[in-house]
Amino acid sequence: MAQVKFVSASRVYAKNAPPAVSALDLDVKDGEFMVLVGPSGSGKTTALRMLAGLEPLDGGRVEIGDRDVTFVPPKDRDIAMVFQNYALYPQKTVAENMGFALKMAGVHKDERARRVREAARLLDLDDQLLNRKPKALSGGQRQRVAMGRAIVREPKVFLMDEPLSNLDAKLRVQTRSQIAELQRRLEITTVYVTHDQVEAMTMGHRVAVLAGGLLQQVDTPRHLYDNPVNQFVAGFIGSPAMNLQTVPLAEGGARIAGTTLPLPPAVRTAASRADLKELVLGIRPEHLHVANGSGELTGSGNLAGSRELTGEVLLIEELGADALLHVRLAESGNLVVARTEGRVSLSPGQKVTFRVRPEDVFAFHPVTGARLAG
Amino acid sequence: MTATAVPVRPLKGREPRPQRFREMSSQVGWGVLAWVVGIAFFLPVLWMVLTAFKPESAAQTWPPKFTFSPTLAEFRLVFSGWGPFVTHSVIATAVSTLLVLLLGVPASYALSVHPVKNWRDGLFFFISTKMLPIVAAIGPLYVIALKTHLLDSIWLLIILYTAMNLPLAIWMIRSFMLEVPKELLEAARLDGAGRIREISGVILPIISPGLVSTALICVIFAWNELFLALNLTVTNAATMPMFLISSVPQEGLYLAHLSAAAVVASIPVILVGWIAQRSLVRGLSMGAIK
Repeated sequence: MAQVKFVSASRVYAKNAPPAVSALDLDVKDGEFMVLVGPSGSGKTTALRMLAGLEPLDGGRVEIGDRDVTFVPPKDRDIAMVFQNYALYPQKTVAENMGFALKMAGVHKDERARRVREAARLLDLDDQLLNRKPKALSGGQRQRVAMGRAIVREPKVFLMDEPLSNLDAKLRVQTRSQIAELQRRLEITTVYVTHDQVEAMTMGHRVAVLAGGLLQQVDTPRHLYDNPVNQFVAGFIGSPAMNLQTVPLAEGGARIAGTTLPLPPAVRTAASRADLKELVLGIRPEHLHVANGSGELTGSGNLAGSRELTGEVLLIEELGADALLHVRLAESGNLVVARTEGRVSLSPGQKVTFRVRPEDVFAFHPVTGARLAG
Repeated sequence: MTATAVPVRPLKGREPRPQRFREMSSQVGWGVLAWVVGIAFFLPVLWMVLTAFKPESAAQTWPPKFTFSPTLAEFRLVFSGWGPFVTHSVIATAVSTLLVLLLGVPASYALSVHPVKNWRDGLFFFISTKMLPIVAAIGPLYVIALKTHLLDSIWLLIILYTAMNLPLAIWMIRSFMLEVPKELLEAARLDGAGRIREISGVILPIISPGLVSTALICVIFAWNELFLALNLTVTNAATMPMFLISSVPQEGLYLAHLSAAAVVASIPVILVGWIAQRSLVRGLSMGAIK
């Protein structure tokens, strides 16, 4: 059993500064791929290092399996870590790098060699690379050696600190799926830190979003996307980001771009209970359906009950399969980004109309950012 | 329709003439200056080497002679007399340098990678020992050496040279250790390396070129050290610098002999420097990070 538990774990650096990690409560199930995602300074790397034993805890505890490892030194936690900059020993060969931990543990030379070869095979590392030094390897190869070093130890938990951030874009996409595949095969509990929400969405069984040292939401990627619990998560997950606009409340809904978008009764009740005059509306780019000149709709889906928003096109970004329209909405002048399929016949300066379904609209508290009646 | 091609003006030669002339003449000027300085520094050394091959009579002339019939007589004299001196120098230098490295590595470790509580004070204390002029310390040192029966003993020199070089070595080794990436040490920690393994398996291989350069500096200082050797030894531990001085007696100057002795005394250090230079130049580029 190798589940991981953060129980009210805290880390404070300076006495009067806000905590780097503030009372984190997180459960990672056995064999799960948990991604910690968040912007710089969110505490995700600190949390990982607390799990590794490289940072002491200032409060709470950390458990691996059923064992409280808060005061256990890193080497006795039965974990392996892949560092952002790989941290390969420069004077050792690839084989020696991968076998170092086993050597420290007193594993016999033959057994070491066998496990190194096996890990190399798993990672598609040629035999001839085993005798090279790190400086003779490409970035992608070094990254795989760093992973091999972790795999060889057959630990209870894998810890990965932004292992893809030093790879070029194409290699990143390729390696991303390889890591996910590897984890599925090995079934080892993995805690993976990244600032890239695409990695988070594609790799994790569950994703924990952190900001400012606080856990915002932990859920499957799908639920994070469909049901963000606050404005931060809504704006962080999904690319291009959700359009977030502060809009005034009106009779029966919210006023935006010359129309009143109806809001569900639960939202309206929550807003009036909190005495709100305005709130933050969130609409994902793909939920702004472009109506072309003749009133027909591009894209699929039943748009019954949808409302129309008008605006002026500022910029069109063509991505090949889809296009992003940067639009200034009428009346309020808010900027939104809409995604449409295929080619658009619009050009900057033209008027454009969107249709939006009320059920695709999220409402957040303008001050706290909490989702209203989610 | 005919298409008219736009003529493209060539870039070469478009620079105004005065500008190019100024650039070239400044380059030439720097080159000449570099040569002059180089020759000025090297001339005394060259002169010393030349004089070493002169017979004594030719060495004393003024203006100095550039043409002469070279002889190895002075070298033969030097080699016949140098035996004990060079032995003592080699032993004192080698052993003291070894001790410096053995003591300096753990000390630097305690002041850099895993700093002890008052590492700043410790570091300052080490350097402060170099602030005392050796002339002021020679009196007490003599008395201590006398009382401990270490006068004119090779061990005295070894101890003193170790103490003399240790602060510098600690500073140098410490700066090299600070360059070891922190992540590497964390990775070693996670891999289960204890303190000893961390030093021997991770840190030392990375800083080895730095250790070589530190050792070289220590060798140079220990080999050329005169003041302590002169005051605290006579025959049983007399070193090469003292051998050189013996060629400068009260009644007259034996320039050729002195030059020959100086050349011979310099060669071991130059040799060590030459060998070490290769390992220094091998470079500190690493493939560990990115």
